[in-house]
Amino acid sequence: MTVRVRGMKWIVSGESPFPWLSPLIAMLVVFTIYPFVYNIWLSFHEYAPFKRRLEPVGLDNWNALFIDERFWDSISVTFTYFTVVLLIQVVIGMAIALLLDSDQKGFGILRALLTLTLVIPPAITGMMFLLIEDPEFGVLTYILESVGILDGTNPILATGSTALMGVMLADIWQWTPFMVLIFLAGLRSLPSEPYEAAMIDGASSWRIFQRITLPLMWKVIAVAVLIRGIDLFRIFDYMFVMTSGGPGTSTYTLSLYAWQQTFSFIKWGYGATISLVSLVIILIVANLFIWFSKVRW
Amino acid sequence: MTVESQSRRMIRALAAYMVVALFVFPLYYWGTTAFKNAKEIFNTPPNVWTFSPTLKNFEEVFGISLGFFRQQEVLPGGGNFYMAPRLWDSIVVGLGSTVLSVFVATLAAYGLSRMQFRGRHAFVGWVLSTRMMPPVAVAIPMFFIYKNVGLMDTYLGIILIHAVMNLPLAVLLLKSFFDDIPHNIDECALIDGATRWTIFRRIVLPMAKGGVAATAVLCFIFSWTEFIFVLTLTQTSLKTVPVVSSSFVTSTGTAWGNMAALGVAATAPAFLFILLVQKQLVRGLTLGSLKE
Repeated sequence: MTVRVRGMKWIVSGESPFPWLSPLIAMLVVFTIYPFVYNIWLSFHEYAPFKRRLEPVGLDNWNALFIDERFWDSISVTFTYFTVVLLIQVVIGMAIALLLDSDQKGFGILRALLTLTLVIPPAITGMMFLLIEDPEFGVLTYILESVGILDGTNPILATGSTALMGVMLADIWQWTPFMVLIFLAGLRSLPSEPYEAAMIDGASSWRIFQRITLPLMWKVIAVAVLIRGIDLFRIFDYMFVMTSGGPGTSTYTLSLYAWQQTFSFIKWGYGATISLVSLVIILIVANLFIWFSKVRW
Repeated sequence: MTVESQSRRMIRALAAYMVVALFVFPLYYWGTTAFKNAKEIFNTPPNVWTFSPTLKNFEEVFGISLGFFRQQEVLPGGGNFYMAPRLWDSIVVGLGSTVLSVFVATLAAYGLSRMQFRGRHAFVGWVLSTRMMPPVAVAIPMFFIYKNVGLMDTYLGIILIHAVMNLPLAVLLLKSFFDDIPHNIDECALIDGATRWTIFRRIVLPMAKGGVAATAVLCFIFSWTEFIFVLTLTQTSLKTVPVVSSSFVTSTGTAWGNMAALGVAATAPAFLFILLVQKQLVRGLTLGSLKE
């Protein structure tokens, strides 16, 4: 093992990782590196409708970002959505996980029921909540109107101040169980000694949670936050089917705005530029998070 | 953990059932919508518990006549909401991309799990980073690339992009399963003269078959539910279920019943699949980083 053989012999002997990794490398290069480079190239071009082809425009697309208010709106919507939904999912997810962390009869079935939301296509979940939040015959609208929160004049998804909440609800419903399952697995694998010691000391359950459970669960929470956070930042499906970004720009996320600029408004280069911005933000933030939280694969 | 009193156990159970009921309710509501007729769907206040079940929506979506409601003519293969071919598209894309991802990923995961090389850590980081790319940042350039090479609107094109999308998950998850198998098994076999390839096929792969199956199930589910690549890279010849769901929204109103019927038909098999991999689910959802 210590003798390093190089060259062909190393590869043929099967001890080189290269033959094992080459199909993966080939696919990732063709389908992630190449599109990435192509996207950068696109961001310096724009479709010229009368010439029917892409023309080089230099830094125009990048400069346009700074004065495009809709772009800044979409940044703010993306970060609001990301922060609010992530926070709610972590807190509610932890609460439900603590609730379900018991060996009572029937809790296995409850846990299995919660996994069901994870396999529904998000686009279909969006449709589901479109029906539930329908201004005329939606069951949620009906409940909120009968308790006096809504008065029938402001449809949830067509009112600027509530549309984003309406979309968030679909996400929270679908992915809180994701947090619950991960946290529950973490809780179940905690050592019992610290808890026994705390019981003897007569510590309150809130104190036990704060001083023992949370620190021991740190890595589990970090992994769940990382994976969910990545998906929240690039969210697209729910807005696409539920609101198409409206009303106004109230549910425009970066991904949706990039897609619409490219395919609805035929601004190919500008859409590519926006998608690159979201790519760069997510790569930097996620890798910093991995670095600081010391999550390892 | 701690011993709970009888009454606290009761309160916990009650709260747990109520919380889960809250999460199941939208599923119940959507599921029953599939069996309602239009009048019941558009009723105010909403009909939650009482309705007379009909299979009409399913008949229209699948283009079959089950004979229960002869008064409503259902033309096989006809109708606007005939979606059986779209289910078929979803199945082809799901199976094709799953086989491709799992094949490429098992090889790579074995290499990453068993071989030491410089830059291994950075390589894993690169694979993980591809999982972070916003799909839209891949879909936009891919639209133009696919147009140029003729992969636009083809099964192969969607299978390839879905396979790539699932590769980080599959590689990292399979690596975690391979890491669980002791390295000295490989070393003993190497001393006995087995090649790496034989060890991979005859020893490691059979020992990790539960893990490979779980990986395949998750890849299939993520391909099945994927939206933006299919939306962007197909035009007319194929469309998977999530993307056609918006075609039920028409100028004369939304065909909620039909949409719900398609939703039920499309999610029921996925439910069964996910129940099969309950044990490996958390490991899968965290890309192999947390083991239960």
